[in-house]
Amino acid sequence: MKSNSMVMLRRNFKHITRNPTSVFNAVLMPIVIMWMFVYMLGDAFSVGVDYIDYATPGLMLLAVCYGLGATATSVNSDMTKGIINRFKVMDVSRGAVLTGHVVAGVLTNLVAIAALIGVAFLLGFSPSASLLDWLGVFGMVVLLAAATGWLTVALGLAAKSPETAGLAAVPLVLLPFFSSAIVPAEKMGQGVRQFAEYQPFTPIIETLRGLLNGAPSSGDAIAAIAWCVGIALVGYLWARSTFNKRA
Amino acid sequence: MTSSAIEASGLRKAYQDKVVLEGIDLNVRAGTVFSLLGPNGAGKTTTVNVLTTLIKADGGTVRVAGHDVATEAKAVRAAIGVTGQFAAVDELLTGQENLQLMVDLSPVRAKDGKRIVTQLLERFDLVESAHKPVSTYSGGMRRKLDLAMTLVGNPQIIFLDEPTTGLDPRSRRTMHSIIRELVADGVTVFLTTQYLDEADQLSDRIAVLDQGRLVAQGTPDELKRRIPGTHVRLRFTTAAELDAAARIIADSTREDEALTLRVPSDGGTKSLRALLDRLDEYSISAEEFSVHTPALDDVFLALTGHTTEVVAK
Repeated sequence: MKSNSMVMLRRNFKHITRNPTSVFNAVLMPIVIMWMFVYMLGDAFSVGVDYIDYATPGLMLLAVCYGLGATATSVNSDMTKGIINRFKVMDVSRGAVLTGHVVAGVLTNLVAIAALIGVAFLLGFSPSASLLDWLGVFGMVVLLAAATGWLTVALGLAAKSPETAGLAAVPLVLLPFFSSAIVPAEKMGQGVRQFAEYQPFTPIIETLRGLLNGAPSSGDAIAAIAWCVGIALVGYLWARSTFNKRA
Repeated sequence: MTSSAIEASGLRKAYQDKVVLEGIDLNVRAGTVFSLLGPNGAGKTTTVNVLTTLIKADGGTVRVAGHDVATEAKAVRAAIGVTGQFAAVDELLTGQENLQLMVDLSPVRAKDGKRIVTQLLERFDLVESAHKPVSTYSGGMRRKLDLAMTLVGNPQIIFLDEPTTGLDPRSRRTMHSIIRELVADGVTVFLTTQYLDEADQLSDRIAVLDQGRLVAQGTPDELKRRIPGTHVRLRFTTAAELDAAARIIADSTREDEALTLRVPSDGGTKSLRALLDRLDEYSISAEEFSVHTPALDDVFLALTGHTTEVVAK
């Protein structure tokens, strides 16, 4: 008998390789958006630094969020098609079933972000991060991906159908646009500006931005980590209770 | 064998204020087939979910394979296999990979796993498509794979929730013969169905579920005795003809408003010819002649006083 978690994870990986469009979508869309903003619109924004250097951290977050739709859909199809029930009757722990989805999502995110950073370099991205800062970037991305991943798994479990599950993840995809991802919050209109300043993604983006500039701000980092832990906790508890209750 | 595989008493379940099960009592002997018969919305799936530890009942006790589902869920799960209402197969994996997944998740040793997978593929006639993704399978093949996956751990008690719904007649027959084989191997089968003939053919006992209550329970023969059997209906144009026919045909029941006469019959050609000859003898002719065999609807009408249509709402 193998460890259930490894079996589940291998299943999720097989899904990724068998359904390349979802990976394609998760990898390609952020790159297209990057190209659009940096190449087509970048000159119109004045942010004080090279636009590609400003935008890359925000687009990394966007890339994480883009991958979530696929996670929500696949969790929900497991739920609605009775596959989760089958696992439950076989006494496979919710840890194994749900963690498989989260870990597969995080790894897709990492592939997408690696591709995104590669393209950013081609477009003239010149970070001044040290090795330690890059490690920090990696840690922040994994934490963010895991946190939003758990929230997405919960959304996927709770949704009625794969379609509504995909839809439930849309706010997470849109949220980066109302943050300092694309333009600084202080350039936005009343209301949106306050929202952008206080929403969780802004300190996360600012942390990534600081690390890539080689000048991380501990205030942003603490807020970012706190938000991620909070989101992860809410997502995990919600997912756990839905998993136990819904049949 | 007299030991019980499944025992439930006073099972109750409600979702918010909607009562789904209102005091269900069941007793399924080991090594038999038990059918839970009822229309959509009667509570069949909820019953299966409670018996298989998937949801908790609000009240009542359930013992499956001698273990309490509420307090010994693990032991229950080790003894049962469940095939849900929709084929719970992984579309992106092949048939062989689906079975291997079950082997990897069950306490089966890896060494035996390969053999078990091959045997199940052969038994369910899936060898040819073993390496094709399940998304290319037909409905019948999915159902077979679904059941094969359930059998990986060699469960003593198998729950089948509407195993033949949506299948074509040929796949349905295949499913029936598989169920018979399972029972021949000593497995206990608990199945739910909407089809009276299916329950009739397969089961040792049938329970009829209506709006969360069991309205009847017994062997197929006992139940059929309680419902109108196969009969012939003769419709006449005038009340005089109906009167005349009712006088000459024994055991008939008249329905005056519909100008119809109901005659019990086995539906065979011999008895039908005799009936028609008798009408001829007295020069009575019926406007319409039809043979009725009891369907689920008749069972419901007889047992509950309303048809399945009403229940489905």
